[in-house]
Amino acid sequence: MKCRKCGSAAVLELRRHNAAFCAPDFLEFFRNQVREAIRKYRMFERDEPVLVAVSGGKDSLALWDVLIDEGYRTMGLYLDLGIFEYSVQSRARCEAFAAARNVPLLVRRVEDEVGAPVPIIKSVTRRPPCSGCGLSKRYLMNRVALDEGLPVVATGHNLDDEAATLFGSVMHWQVDALPRQSPALPSTHPKLVRRVKPLYRLSERETAAYAFLRKIDYIVEECPFAVGATSIAHKETLSRLEDASPGAKHNFLFGFLDKARPAFERAEAVTLNECARCGQVTTGTLCAFCKLADQVKRSV
Amino acid sequence: MKVLLRNPRREVEVAGNRRVKDVLRDLAILPETVLVIRGDDLITADQVVGDTDTIELRPVMSGGSERAPLP
Repeated sequence: MKCRKCGSAAVLELRRHNAAFCAPDFLEFFRNQVREAIRKYRMFERDEPVLVAVSGGKDSLALWDVLIDEGYRTMGLYLDLGIFEYSVQSRARCEAFAAARNVPLLVRRVEDEVGAPVPIIKSVTRRPPCSGCGLSKRYLMNRVALDEGLPVVATGHNLDDEAATLFGSVMHWQVDALPRQSPALPSTHPKLVRRVKPLYRLSERETAAYAFLRKIDYIVEECPFAVGATSIAHKETLSRLEDASPGAKHNFLFGFLDKARPAFERAEAVTLNECARCGQVTTGTLCAFCKLADQVKRSV
Repeated sequence: MKVLLRNPRREVEVAGNRRVKDVLRDLAILPETVLVIRGDDLITADQVVGDTDTIELRPVMSGGSERAPLP
């Protein structure tokens, strides 16, 4: 198999693009996709500092790597979830990455913020572990960005993540979730920072290949709590569709963004308040994060 | 040939001198769900792997449930 651009031996075939690339041309293709994402959705300007949420996995470290290479001013944020050896290993990857590139990395422990690590939160709430974990991450990413004076948080969500989330929303016709699914969510309140996903145009195989070719030491092992997660089941289903029909995931997500999403945006706007306890944004009186912390406090 | 699999980490022995795509089919692994690594290189599905080669099939799927409601 030959590289589409230069004709030398290819290292990766991208069936959805009906193309194969050698390593240098694939890396350039990857960077171009990130540039296009940032440009199309005006994710951030050249002079804006960006908080990059990193987990130690391939996606977020690949994202951070590209943004550093592109000359953006970045700060990493690692949230220590307290998930046993998985968190120890993933934190070490992030710290090594930041040290090697001489970029700042903030570390916050969920245990310090909520009162217990994710495994305890899971047993206290009796909800799927990803539920309390996702809630804590979204809250802390926003709060840390505000505290540090950064206007935007970038996460490593890729095309597969976005397609799987969309699939889940459509399967249950969660029409309130559909307008919020976007590669870039603007700040709609002074205490909500912009949230962007510069990897939304790239599949997780592409982000894995980028991380491998750039020799990024990422954690390959999966979060132990992700086993059996609904999003994984959705990804497996979509991967079978993709195998039978290359480009299926891309068409599903991009078709939604270009054609269907605007139709769901007419839903009435929600009223945003400030949480009576912590001052962060909520639709109620007390935010979901403070309610979670209360629940943990009562049980631990 | 040896095939290194992850999550959980294990090694299996399969017949070599075949194309990567045939090895993947035998192991019931979709090509889009893994990187195929030989030594320090990525290799494409049309490449032939020898009987004495070792390849790693590194899964690319990750993540748990991610929703985007307001906090």
